[in-house]
Amino acid sequence: MTAIRRAIRAPNKAARRNISENAQLWTLALPAVIQLFVFSYLPIFGVVLAFKKFNVTKGIMGSAWVGLENFRFYFTSLDASRTLRNTLTMNALFIAIGTVCSIALALALFEAPKRGHVKFFQTVFVLPHLVSWVVVSYIAYTLLQPTSGLINGMIKRLGGTAIQWYTQPKYWPAILVCFSVWKGVGMSSLYYYGSLMGVDEEIFEAARLDGAGRLQIAWHVSLPFLVPTITVLTILSIGGIFRADFGLFYNVTMNNGMLYPTTDVIDTYIYRALMKVGNIGMSSAVGLFQSLVGMALVLATNAIVRRIDADRALI
Amino acid sequence: MDYTAPPPETTRPARRSGGREGSSLWLMYAILLLFALVILFSFWIIISVSLTSTAELRYGFRILPPRFSLEAYQYTFANMKGIWNAYGVSAVYALLGTLLAVAVMSAFAYALSRPRFQARRGLTFYVFFTMLFSGGLTPSYILIKQYLKLYDTIWVLILPGLVNCWHVMMLRTTMQSLPSSLYDSARIDGASEYRVFVSVALPLSAPALATVAFMGLLGRWNDWYTPMIYITKNSLFPIQYLLQRMLNNIQEAMNMIEFSPFASSVDVSKLPRENLRMAMMVITIFPMMLVFPLFQRFFIRGITVGSMKG
Repeated sequence: MTAIRRAIRAPNKAARRNISENAQLWTLALPAVIQLFVFSYLPIFGVVLAFKKFNVTKGIMGSAWVGLENFRFYFTSLDASRTLRNTLTMNALFIAIGTVCSIALALALFEAPKRGHVKFFQTVFVLPHLVSWVVVSYIAYTLLQPTSGLINGMIKRLGGTAIQWYTQPKYWPAILVCFSVWKGVGMSSLYYYGSLMGVDEEIFEAARLDGAGRLQIAWHVSLPFLVPTITVLTILSIGGIFRADFGLFYNVTMNNGMLYPTTDVIDTYIYRALMKVGNIGMSSAVGLFQSLVGMALVLATNAIVRRIDADRALI
Repeated sequence: MDYTAPPPETTRPARRSGGREGSSLWLMYAILLLFALVILFSFWIIISVSLTSTAELRYGFRILPPRFSLEAYQYTFANMKGIWNAYGVSAVYALLGTLLAVAVMSAFAYALSRPRFQARRGLTFYVFFTMLFSGGLTPSYILIKQYLKLYDTIWVLILPGLVNCWHVMMLRTTMQSLPSSLYDSARIDGASEYRVFVSVALPLSAPALATVAFMGLLGRWNDWYTPMIYITKNSLFPIQYLLQRMLNNIQEAMNMIEFSPFASSVDVSKLPRENLRMAMMVITIFPMMLVFPLFQRFFIRGITVGSMKG
């Protein structure tokens, strides 16, 4: 009897072990699964708010449906064209100028002959990545403050008249590009530098033996090797073009209303609609619109990237 | 059993420079130096203003203070109780948050890395979907404020951002790339999954854990956004949020000062101004600059080796 029982049990032993293994793995996964459910999935159900006129006392379910009213309110306002235009054009500028600057830095870094120098530049280039946009806003303030700022100080010393930076929207696209480059370019140049490191050293050696100078090597050898990385990273950042860097647009401008014509983006608009105006329906609607277009863009750009270089695709 | 692979180089071997092309080398160095100087200059001007005395501020900010004064720092250390409280909140937020996050994420990543885990594919999609689509700010705000009642508690800083999907994926990829023979031998020895996780997977993915921990510390220390949305209590302001408010509102700076019983006699015009704010900013940047060298090895290597996906 016991022999039979044992024989029956034997294959089950592996199965049982498998079950207990899976149970253990589930307990390890569970905290994160619950966290994601509560803080990522429950808000997804909350997008019904976009179709409701939210009333705190009635709760989400009890509030009245208003159909597409919230969307109509946004799209028929002047804010829609302004925020969409600013988001897209500023992001396009950041991507274009940022990419060119990071490539130039990466190529220069790659040609730097001394190891110690490379380490020094790597460290300095990472520094802006380590600080918050609040820090950047303090730097901007020190430069741009109208009465005591460094830039106006210099203008006055040269005999010019001070510029009221914080009230004139026309200067801000350029200012924001500068700070975006300042904060992000060092880091992304290190990515490009990284992919240059993967190139076989003999190729550069051969070019050098053929008498190519540093600039020629950078232009005719290094740059072509970077093209795949540039393509992929650029396409991926185009996937994010519908999402603005809230910290940059909110902090560096000191959220100044006079600057909104050039600095108001979708994300700052959603924030104001929620926190300052308290229009929960509309801010959810704009948020949902942004999420949907953002997702479509990420999926589309990913499909393109997968064709070029499957390893770099996110999905 | 020692599995640490030789560290990949983050710089390439020195190369002899030909004298003939000195001018193009100069161009390369000019580009690098220009950008490096712009970065260092930006930090310097904050420091410079923080070292200017209040009396001399009215002549405007200077690249070099007319004479170095520690007035703003002395004032901060002596009078600004509020800023030390904010410093404490930030420290708790960064340390506790990162500790919990690394624990939760590495356990999750370990489960996702095990081929025999049946829910592996389903859960991987579960993570990916949150990276693709989010409900947005407003539904989260209503959820946290109306339903979870986390508004104005320290937990609103810690819980919502606990699991970062990119970090989970990075840890999972690292754990997957460890040789499976290590796992198998531990399992044959009768070790439970918990044990394998703690004594095999964790120690062997130390560099990835260090990177994730550093990015977690950095993100939390630098976070002003979460408190801006969810915190209204002064005693729970983290340092970055306090500084953000202070830049826009000098009144905020004055609230942070512990007034004497003769508060009404305080001459407002004598209160330290921009130099004080810049001094607080310098004190705030400091810890991350201090911690960075400890993690720099992993961090720069992680970028340079170019593990976009891992």
